[in-house]
Amino acid sequence: MTKKMQPLDPNKKLDIEAILENLEDYRPPRKGWTWRVVPEEGVDMGPFHYRDMAEPLKRSIGLPASKYFDNIDPQPKPVVTTEIASGRFEDDIRRMRMGAWHGADHLMVIRHTGQSHIDGLMEGTPEGVGGVPITRKQIRASRKAIDLIEEEVGRPINFHSYVSGVAGPEVAVLFAEEGINGAHQDPQYNVLYRNINMYRSFVDAAEAKKVMSSAGIFQIDGAHNANATAKAGWLVMPELLVQHGINCAYSVRSGMPKDLIGLSTVPPNSPPAPKFWYDLPYAVALREIFSDFKMRAQQNTRYIESSIEEAIRTHTIDTIISMLTSADIQSTITPDEGRNVPWHYNNIRGVQTVKQTWAAMDGLNEMIQIKRDGPLGDMVRDIKERAVAFLEEILEVGGYFAAVEKGFFVDSAQYPERSGDGIARQGDGGVAAGSIIERDPDYLAPVCAHFGDNHLPDGITHACDAIGGCTLCNPDLITYIDEFDPEDNVHKRLEKTWDYRKGNLIRPEVEWAGDGTVLVEMMIPENEDYAREAGLEIARRMGLEDPQVINLMVLHPAEGCFLEVKGQVTFDIDRRDLKIPEKVVLLSEEEIRAAVKKTNLTVVAGTVGEDEHSVGLREILDIKHGGIETYGVKYHYLGTSVPIEKMVDAAIETGSQAILISTIISHGDVHRINMRKLDELCREKGIRDKVVLIAGGTQVSADMAAETGMDATFGRGCKGINVVDAIVKVLKERGVV
Amino acid sequence: MTDERIKQFEVRHERLKTLSDDELKAHFWDLCYQVVDPIIDLARTHTSPSIERSILLRMGINSAKSHGIVDAIHQAGLLGKGAGHVLLKLSQKLDIDVKAAGDAILENKEVLNGLFEEA
Repeated sequence: MTKKMQPLDPNKKLDIEAILENLEDYRPPRKGWTWRVVPEEGVDMGPFHYRDMAEPLKRSIGLPASKYFDNIDPQPKPVVTTEIASGRFEDDIRRMRMGAWHGADHLMVIRHTGQSHIDGLMEGTPEGVGGVPITRKQIRASRKAIDLIEEEVGRPINFHSYVSGVAGPEVAVLFAEEGINGAHQDPQYNVLYRNINMYRSFVDAAEAKKVMSSAGIFQIDGAHNANATAKAGWLVMPELLVQHGINCAYSVRSGMPKDLIGLSTVPPNSPPAPKFWYDLPYAVALREIFSDFKMRAQQNTRYIESSIEEAIRTHTIDTIISMLTSADIQSTITPDEGRNVPWHYNNIRGVQTVKQTWAAMDGLNEMIQIKRDGPLGDMVRDIKERAVAFLEEILEVGGYFAAVEKGFFVDSAQYPERSGDGIARQGDGGVAAGSIIERDPDYLAPVCAHFGDNHLPDGITHACDAIGGCTLCNPDLITYIDEFDPEDNVHKRLEKTWDYRKGNLIRPEVEWAGDGTVLVEMMIPENEDYAREAGLEIARRMGLEDPQVINLMVLHPAEGCFLEVKGQVTFDIDRRDLKIPEKVVLLSEEEIRAAVKKTNLTVVAGTVGEDEHSVGLREILDIKHGGIETYGVKYHYLGTSVPIEKMVDAAIETGSQAILISTIISHGDVHRINMRKLDELCREKGIRDKVVLIAGGTQVSADMAAETGMDATFGRGCKGINVVDAIVKVLKERGVV
Repeated sequence: MTDERIKQFEVRHERLKTLSDDELKAHFWDLCYQVVDPIIDLARTHTSPSIERSILLRMGINSAKSHGIVDAIHQAGLLGKGAGHVLLKLSQKLDIDVKAAGDAILENKEVLNGLFEEA
């Protein structure tokens, strides 16, 4: 049996080396897909009642604004996907943990480029390009990490990859054995986009689907690739219905239950197009025709370029379409997908887009509804009729294979029109052409989850009884392969990054431990050509290696451009050299209130110098904002642009124990000058040991107190409690309380 | 070609627009199953090297060996019997387990000669 690992400590990094131990004995604790638990009566969180939310997580990180709302982190009703595949799974599993903490529970791993043309399984842990080589060891290590992560966040996580290519049935068996929870499987995808022979692709698919069903693996189809490939994605809507229909029908006939069959659907259009006039009728048509199946709503990638913000806005709108119609799985696209292999934090941004939209629009359908009559209804009907006519024509020309040969699919015109740019494949062409074999009348496969004609020996009803069990029934029969390549493997890679993961060195990263990549934003007041070159030169002089402009937005043809430049830092920071400021531990509220009462604590406060800012200080003072008044402190507010002398005189007149000055303007270091002056004046008047001096402002920081003679200084984010706490602590030191 | 298709579409459209939404949906699914049923028949009656290797995997034979075994069976013209079937038969003939039967094929594919003739 596998030795159970200790639960994760939220304050410690994942121990990748420990995860890689004893993988030969690893068994997935459960198989099959898991949906979120959605209480019918809704979910109450903080001061709110939600209608479209699932049960909250045990541990998570909410949206940035959640700190204003009791740190609630409402979890949308659908499963939320994030795609993580940097080429090194050992780095990806750390990102999976980050994604899970932000609310992703469907982790999709893209395969290594070219794996779909490998005639068999890959083994070991070689580095991937454009994705991860999917192998038994990689799956076990990832799944084992995910077991720990799901326990940490308190919700099951679905692990997902791809059953495509010429080794589909083998990959399906591997996935069923190793507890993969979801997978893409669509024979049309192989034919159209991977040029795998059409007969082979469909014959293999039936077996793969049967195997997937046996392990409860949720299936997602590949139809959405048509609108990512066609020149005008929104024109292929009738064909998309046809592709979804063919895969659904084929899956059902292969023995797959309908609740394991999902449509991968993408709102096909994007602003500046009037997106809803295409996407909404399409979404409605799809959900009406495919009412027995599940919807995996993906976000649009077709028109994403280098602008993160543009992608996020489009994805917000895509999510609104899911909310207005339905989604069982809401997938996310990282907003940087248009410019590079996704970076760690962009997975999080993608998930946040869904969480934020979903929370904002929770329960929307109780207030508004789609107007089914009128133009939307006409468009819905039109899409359906075109799809039906498309299917009729397929049958008329001799069926699916004949239609593919004639280039029916992925033509960029709207059916029945044709641009003639469809993807045509020949029955005798493609990878693995001529490789299917007719089964003999006595054909036999003595294993479970096998599709098609099978002549089991007399008396055998459970297929694998003929051989004493199969791996799907008894996982101990699986033979585990560790590594093939002594150099290209995870252990060698981990040796090189040990210092960054477990040692004392720190380097920024976006993809892989120690990659050193950073992103610099800048505005260059030049035209596009000069801005680009200037940006690169600035990055070089900042010491960044291999700088590249990955986004350039013209603000005005002559006035300037916004640039994002990435590059690598080549130095390490040593943790031991860093000084972490001590965290201030606040006195208890009871102790503070008691001290305030005992001393009848009174303060004078004002904004000093030629400075008319008042908002920040008022928030520190007023009871309404949780200011010092809340704790019983009395104050005399002298207003703005108060001379230092007046502050000190007022303190003496009123018998105040503290002077609070606010100083926002910092030109010519005037904020520091005022602080020093306050200290000096109090000394001159002989009251320095009778008053506590506090200064605050946006350009003031906690470490300025010593150099300026203040008892405490505060910058942004300071609250009334911090100020009273500091005053009481000084009074305690002086023996007053 | 496109003109002809558009004309055809108009004819179809005249017919389709008389259907109710439910009838149109039922027709859509009827057509989908008509499209896939002959392909399902093809899948039911055919196999492929990957399917056969996937069967060996389920029999506990790893990917490093399954490739060579299926290739040898294919070359011997026996893949239509099913690779698992071949291994089962060989294991019975040699009185060894199915994994050992796989190894025997990898060692010497001559063991496949005449395997299905004597019964």
